[in-house]
Amino acid sequence: MPDASPLLVVEDLRTHFFTRRGVIRAVDGVSFTLHAGETLALVGESGSGKSVTCLSLVRLVPEPAGRIVGGKVLLGGEDLLQKSPAEMRRVRGKQIAMVLQDPMTSLNPSLTIGTQVGEVVRLHQRLRGRALRERVLESLRRLRISAAETRLGQYPHQFSGGMRQRVSSAIALSCAPRLLIADEPTTSLDVTIQAQYLDLLKEVQASAGVAVILVTHDFGIVAANADRVAVMYAGRIVEMGTTLQVFNAPAHPYTRALLRCLPDPALKRQQLVEIGGQPPDLAQLPPGCPFAPRCPERQPHCDQAVPPSVRVENGHVASCWLASAAPA
Amino acid sequence: MARRRDVPWFASAVLGALVLTAVLAPFLAPHDPTAGDITTKLIPPVWMERGSWDHPLGTDRFGRDVLSRIIYGSRISLLVSLIAIGVAGTFGTTLGLISGYRGGLTDAVLMRLTDIGLSMPTILIAVVMVAVSEPSFRNVVLVIALLLWPRFTRQIRGETLAVKEQDFVALAVVAGRSSAWIISRHIFPNVVPTLLVISTLQVGYVILLEGTLSFLGVGVPPPNPAWGLMIADGRGFLATAWWISLFPGLAMVLTVLAVNLMGDWLRDHLDPKLRQLGSRATVLEAPTSATLGTAVEEAPIRAGAGGSGG
Repeated sequence: MPDASPLLVVEDLRTHFFTRRGVIRAVDGVSFTLHAGETLALVGESGSGKSVTCLSLVRLVPEPAGRIVGGKVLLGGEDLLQKSPAEMRRVRGKQIAMVLQDPMTSLNPSLTIGTQVGEVVRLHQRLRGRALRERVLESLRRLRISAAETRLGQYPHQFSGGMRQRVSSAIALSCAPRLLIADEPTTSLDVTIQAQYLDLLKEVQASAGVAVILVTHDFGIVAANADRVAVMYAGRIVEMGTTLQVFNAPAHPYTRALLRCLPDPALKRQQLVEIGGQPPDLAQLPPGCPFAPRCPERQPHCDQAVPPSVRVENGHVASCWLASAAPA
Repeated sequence: MARRRDVPWFASAVLGALVLTAVLAPFLAPHDPTAGDITTKLIPPVWMERGSWDHPLGTDRFGRDVLSRIIYGSRISLLVSLIAIGVAGTFGTTLGLISGYRGGLTDAVLMRLTDIGLSMPTILIAVVMVAVSEPSFRNVVLVIALLLWPRFTRQIRGETLAVKEQDFVALAVVAGRSSAWIISRHIFPNVVPTLLVISTLQVGYVILLEGTLSFLGVGVPPPNPAWGLMIADGRGFLATAWWISLFPGLAMVLTVLAVNLMGDWLRDHLDPKLRQLGSRATVLEAPTSATLGTAVEEAPIRAGAGGSGG
């Protein structure tokens, strides 16, 4: 895949929030690329800028406090940040779709499922009557909604959480997007449903060739679903590589710390490890590496300058002074 | 789930009877409500001396049958309420939806307009407005609507603010929907319960306002049998012929009471459904009147559960 031109190129994206406390650099120079059919996982602590990155891609940053202050978002070669609101609306509907965290509020409680799926299909495929109904049923069945015919006339509160999330996904995928942004889609599902849902998503993704940005803080989900991982910290991507590279040879101390936090089933009674300290205040970032105050491998010069992104391996980069020296 | 006992029987009965009365007025009224006969003036109700079944609730100073006038008066009260609330509701809701959804400058301007509307001295404005124009049915309706719309705008805007934060609105934006579409398809259906509640609660207010205006002589012009007008008519005879004022007054009290009871009931039953937008449905469903005693004891736990949900 690396030779084909990427579907999505994000270059030096910066989204800041202008508040009374000062400028919050929620996303501060994020760059990544994504190919068709590929899944990129964005991981990191709460407040590391994962969700704001996603919202920036579709230009839904809450205004007027938040603003995209710089960078490029190239989807199929076109810069989304340069588009007029009307053009943007067309792109959103046709090319990008989203699945959000809470399946309870992703569906309109006062419209039937059939109406809600049908509206999207009608908008994008200009179908009516029987053909429309068939199409709606098909997209529900694709997401394994059983008894789809009877389900059409039902309201969201008659569905379980997992089913609602599948219906949301059916809506998102029914307009055949090229990019699907899934912002913690499984957080509110229980574990068995999570696995089912993600397998299903993977299946649908493979058959439709959709590129997926998967936001999560669950490394288990990353390992099972993502082709590549980007670890975010304080609004920046501190490490990015294929899932194998990042898991086998994490080059950034933060990634290593995150991975150490995972409970290891091989050990019987163990203490859960945590990362000491607090995530930095995004309004008052230290001049050096934002992770330096919590970093166990901190060097004197870490406090002086922000470390550049260093190539560790082919396709594996990390922003750490020690990265190039880290065991590969 | 269905709580039959909770249905407000009294309010439903009164309102049902009222609507039937208004619709069937020509068949129910024993006399022409506007035709007077001096020879039968000031006849007392049937149970008093001189009273007769011909005029069960007596007659007024022109000899018009009080019962027939009350029956026909229900039409005026209902029509004025329905039309005024329809007009004010449509206008107010539209502005509220736009104000809440757009936010920013639009919201600021519309909300200041609403503040102005809400701070108008109701009776004074109504009297002035009707005084400069002819008192007529249409003008009464317009004046009441003018005084009423800000109440809708204010509430619907608040509700819109809450609905608009829901994910399905953000997803509709991502799906490339226009603002007009999102407002009408995604936000409006979710504020309908609130709209119903406000509308019902306004009916009582409108009936009283119309009564007040008619009483002051700037409402529905005579000889129309408006309840307020009838109360005003009997003012000079309170000591001798109290029935002229009392019975329309009673009709008004009963109607307003029933409407307000109904509105309260609707509010209690529709609002939690609206909150069900989120995942708190079960928490809100829990404390019914039957479990109120235990609900109070469990209050801290319940508050904790609600907090983590939100």
